[in-house]
Amino acid sequence: MRRIGLGAAAIVAASALVLTGCAGGDGGNEGNNAGGVITTNGSEPQNPLVPTNTNETGGGKILDAIFAGLVYYDGEGAAHNDVAESIETEDSQTYTITLREGLEFTNGEPVNADSFIDAWNYGALLSNEQLSSYFFEDIEGFSWDEDSELTGLEKVSETEFTVTLKQPLSDFPLRLGYSAYYPLPASAFEDMDAFGENPVGNGPYMLDGEGAWKHDERITLAVNPDYDGPREPQNDGLEIVFYASQDAAYADLQGGNLDVLDAIPDAAFGTYQDDLGDRWVNQPAAIFQSFTIPERLAHWSGEEGNLRRQAVSMAINRDEITEVIFQGTRTPASDFTSPVIDGWTDELEGAEALEYNPEEAQRLWAEADAINPFTGSFQIAYNADGGHQSWVDAVANSVKNTLGIDASGQPYPTFAEARTLITERQIQTAFRTGWQADYPGLYNFLGPLYATNAGSNDGDYSNPEFDALLAEGATSTEIEEGTALFQQAQEILLQDLPVIPLWYSNVTGGWGEDVENVTFGWNSVPLYHEITKG
Amino acid sequence: MARYLLWRVLQAIPVLIGTTFLIYFMVFAMPGDPILALFGDKTPNPALLARLRAEYHLDEPFIVQYWYYFTGIFQGDFGTSFTGEPTTEILARTFPVTIRLAVLAMLFQSIAGILVGLVSGLRKGKLFDASALAVSLVLISLPIFVVAFVAQYVFGIQLGWARTTVGAGAPWADLVLPALVLASVSFAQIVRLTRASVIETQGLDFVRTAYGKGLSRSRVIPVHILRNSLIPVVTYLGTDFGVLLVGATVTEGIFNVPGVGRTLYQAILRGEGPTVVSFVTVMVLIYLVVNLVIDLLYAVLDPRIRYVK
Amino acid sequence: MSSNTPGGKPTHYVAPIEETPLVEIDSVKVRTDEKPSNLWRDAWRDLRGRPLFWLSSALILLIAIVALFPGLFTQVDPNSGCLLANSNGGPTSGHPLGFTKQGCDIYSRIIHGTSTSVAVGFIVILITTTLGLVAGAVSGFYGGWLDAVISRVGDIFFSIPYILAAVVVMSVLSAYRSVWVISLAIGLFAWPVVARVLRSEILRVKASDFVMAAEALGVSRFKILVRHVLPNSIAPVIVITTISLASAIVAEATLSFLGVGLPTSTMSWGNDISAAQVDLRTAPQTLILPSIALSITVFAFITLGEVLRDALDPKARAQR
Repeated sequence: MRRIGLGAAAIVAASALVLTGCAGGDGGNEGNNAGGVITTNGSEPQNPLVPTNTNETGGGKILDAIFAGLVYYDGEGAAHNDVAESIETEDSQTYTITLREGLEFTNGEPVNADSFIDAWNYGALLSNEQLSSYFFEDIEGFSWDEDSELTGLEKVSETEFTVTLKQPLSDFPLRLGYSAYYPLPASAFEDMDAFGENPVGNGPYMLDGEGAWKHDERITLAVNPDYDGPREPQNDGLEIVFYASQDAAYADLQGGNLDVLDAIPDAAFGTYQDDLGDRWVNQPAAIFQSFTIPERLAHWSGEEGNLRRQAVSMAINRDEITEVIFQGTRTPASDFTSPVIDGWTDELEGAEALEYNPEEAQRLWAEADAINPFTGSFQIAYNADGGHQSWVDAVANSVKNTLGIDASGQPYPTFAEARTLITERQIQTAFRTGWQADYPGLYNFLGPLYATNAGSNDGDYSNPEFDALLAEGATSTEIEEGTALFQQAQEILLQDLPVIPLWYSNVTGGWGEDVENVTFGWNSVPLYHEITKG
Repeated sequence: MARYLLWRVLQAIPVLIGTTFLIYFMVFAMPGDPILALFGDKTPNPALLARLRAEYHLDEPFIVQYWYYFTGIFQGDFGTSFTGEPTTEILARTFPVTIRLAVLAMLFQSIAGILVGLVSGLRKGKLFDASALAVSLVLISLPIFVVAFVAQYVFGIQLGWARTTVGAGAPWADLVLPALVLASVSFAQIVRLTRASVIETQGLDFVRTAYGKGLSRSRVIPVHILRNSLIPVVTYLGTDFGVLLVGATVTEGIFNVPGVGRTLYQAILRGEGPTVVSFVTVMVLIYLVVNLVIDLLYAVLDPRIRYVK
Repeated sequence: MSSNTPGGKPTHYVAPIEETPLVEIDSVKVRTDEKPSNLWRDAWRDLRGRPLFWLSSALILLIAIVALFPGLFTQVDPNSGCLLANSNGGPTSGHPLGFTKQGCDIYSRIIHGTSTSVAVGFIVILITTTLGLVAGAVSGFYGGWLDAVISRVGDIFFSIPYILAAVVVMSVLSAYRSVWVISLAIGLFAWPVVARVLRSEILRVKASDFVMAAEALGVSRFKILVRHVLPNSIAPVIVITTISLASAIVAEATLSFLGVGLPTSTMSWGNDISAAQVDLRTAPQTLILPSIALSITVFAFITLGEVLRDALDPKARAQR
């Protein structure tokens, strides 16, 4: 009896879904205009909307909607061709890129080889001072010393060009979905400031007329009727409302003023599952969080330092902190990358250094004390304007309770201050570090952070063995081979612990009752084009 | 009177120069390199960093930076933010919103505060007085983000009486809830001030005389007691107007009001000197005008006060 | 008066001077020396009959003892032994108020936070009242260019965004983040309110008959200010000051929240209130409990301020 009853209920529910689905279909035309403009949260772009000058999520989200690059990333982070017909290489150093024919920007200009070559040259030119210029530094001709042309870019025909790199890079095609590589129409170069205010793209959406960007308030995007790529919008447009705090956005989601939210605020971690029913997501994203202990600090280098690093890492109860402080919205780290990246594994040799083990931690710490007794206190610096206090305090408490040393957080009021002290190597404590991937590749989590003298190697880590494996992996032409080499390199990191891995940030999003088909991409941004409303 | 006004207007000049200088210096003195912060957790190439610093004159000494800003003002150039938006445009879109919010909050807090304070003062020691004290205590002891959060949750989400945040164009109706929250901060101060002032005025001779003359309570209270009790309250309200204009950071953030508090806070965190200075300059101007108006109001409230220079 | 009451006889009896109102005029010389003590004695006589005075005094005494000797009230160390397993937990034996998000004992943190919070509140009002009294009195009473200069300096200080000012002061003095420095950062930018309100009261009082009378009698300007004008203008200052005590304690919370507060190892109500805000919906007690401690303190001081003002103000006393 019960069983039948349950089954019947399920059938009723299913047919109701089908019926409403039909009603929706009847109401409008079948197909892509399933109805409604999607409202979603964003933040005021911090730079003009120029692809090579945008390096933060507020502007990046808009650019990804209004531009189409050579490739795009699907929900799993796999790259697929979009504007590119094909990207081919024999040696991972020279790439031949063929474009689909007949593509246009929304102002009618054609999307051709020049659109890419000119845009990349603009982005790379030193005197243009573009924030994302480093994306072009591997292309032949790039220079940090003077203005120079990217000689590695050669036009073959209207729809074909070649890219020659300074050295082989097997993951170069994977990078091409990042916004810095988007094409620009010729009209953009006449007045880039004006373009940045009213950008013209070739993506699934376009600005809804001049002045669609209402500063500090919202930007309205309409569907680009001429877009025929793989990201065909299933809705009537996007309205991105700018919020200064996620709390306000979450309140709007609950109040029915917002359809899709891509970041649930800390204050709602404990309640969002009750508030939203089944309209939420909580899955790992391509964000790696850690704290760095610079080697120049006393007690933290050589044999002694290595023991202490292992001890501190094992003194942190990542499972408990992610569960209690973050309510499960972080996933404890088991490597230096992210689970959403192809090739990620939690079975690296030495990964037990990232597991809570108080006895072993105390033993290692005592061993280090035998070499050189510990003096002073252990502090983790962080910027107070980023909501880090509660986890830093929890980590410090965990270290304090396990190792019996004085440990605490060290807040700096602004991000600028903390970053400046870190960059100028003036900071005398451990400090919070985080990395959000630009493109879904293992190398992006390793090369810029731990290679000797790399740009974001804030702890000045250097290990020739690691460097060699990394370089070998980056130039290898076989994906699997590259992945294996990167994993070996990570195993060296697990021994040296230049940074103490903590956890991967999850993407925690929610949506309203009116929308369906909400999925989140590898970069924590919803796949807006798939969302349907009404 | 005219001479007094002129004298006050002339005072504004040194104040403006002093304030812009001081603020520019404070932004300069803020630790940290704002350009580095533009790159997030990723460290930029030193060559690019140096060029960007030069573009915003951040590599020059403070006094030179200030000179660029100061001379720019006379050419109508108030600087630009890092987004490339002229500061004047930022001012033009944020101030109207915040002024609307501040006016509403002012209205709520002065009406409610003065009324409650008056009744408390007249019924000193009675139940109403004690309840007013209790409510004031709660409001004083809770940080504003708690009040804002609770108000948003109860009225915006649970009851649905108000929009959870301020919608496009920041219409008056959407600003009512944030204005009430803002008003709650100073409500307690105004109640206590009015109450103390009313109690004091009640004991004065002219009030007893008024009652003695046989005037009714309904005439004595508003005309004799209230009017003579308002001077400290009005002064406080004047200083508070300034606080409402910049101090609304938290409330504007929670209710997503695209106003001065929110924008100025971001500009301070980002170290955008020209934006911060321009905001504060306008602030000072408003502040000077408000205080002048209040000084003139004294004469209305108490005819014995005269202004001479 | 007394001449014809007792006996009721219509004789031309001359009352002894002590029995006539003239006594006050006659003995004026003797009494001026004693006058202050008499004012206080009157006030004291008035105060000790008021239950609110005893209640608020007892509370303040208790707060002072807690602030000075926290060890008398709890044996639990507020900063160590914080276990996440206890996060936001309810009361257990030995932990009467439960635990914070970090799993620290709330009761112990409130007790140990008292001295910091009360000290910040006091030093701030000391700064704002001293600066505000002097600035307000001088600008209101003497007027002219002194008024212009002081008022405009006040305008400048007051129009500087509070957050900017606090961040700059606290960052510049980051090596010396103590209760004194944080109080300075708060107080330095808050005194213009006291100054302006006092100035407005003085402008009003200055025009009163008794001030003119004193002037006519040739009393010196400074004496008039101190003896006559200030005591009659002080009521709103007391109100603002007592409430500012609370604002200062809450402001310390805001500064901690912005990362320019006291070191996180220093216990304070403000630190705990701001840390508890994310759990407002799931564990409101972690925020409410320190807020209650704050409310009680503020209540004690507001009430004491008010009964004191009533007792010292002859007009208000006469009214009852």
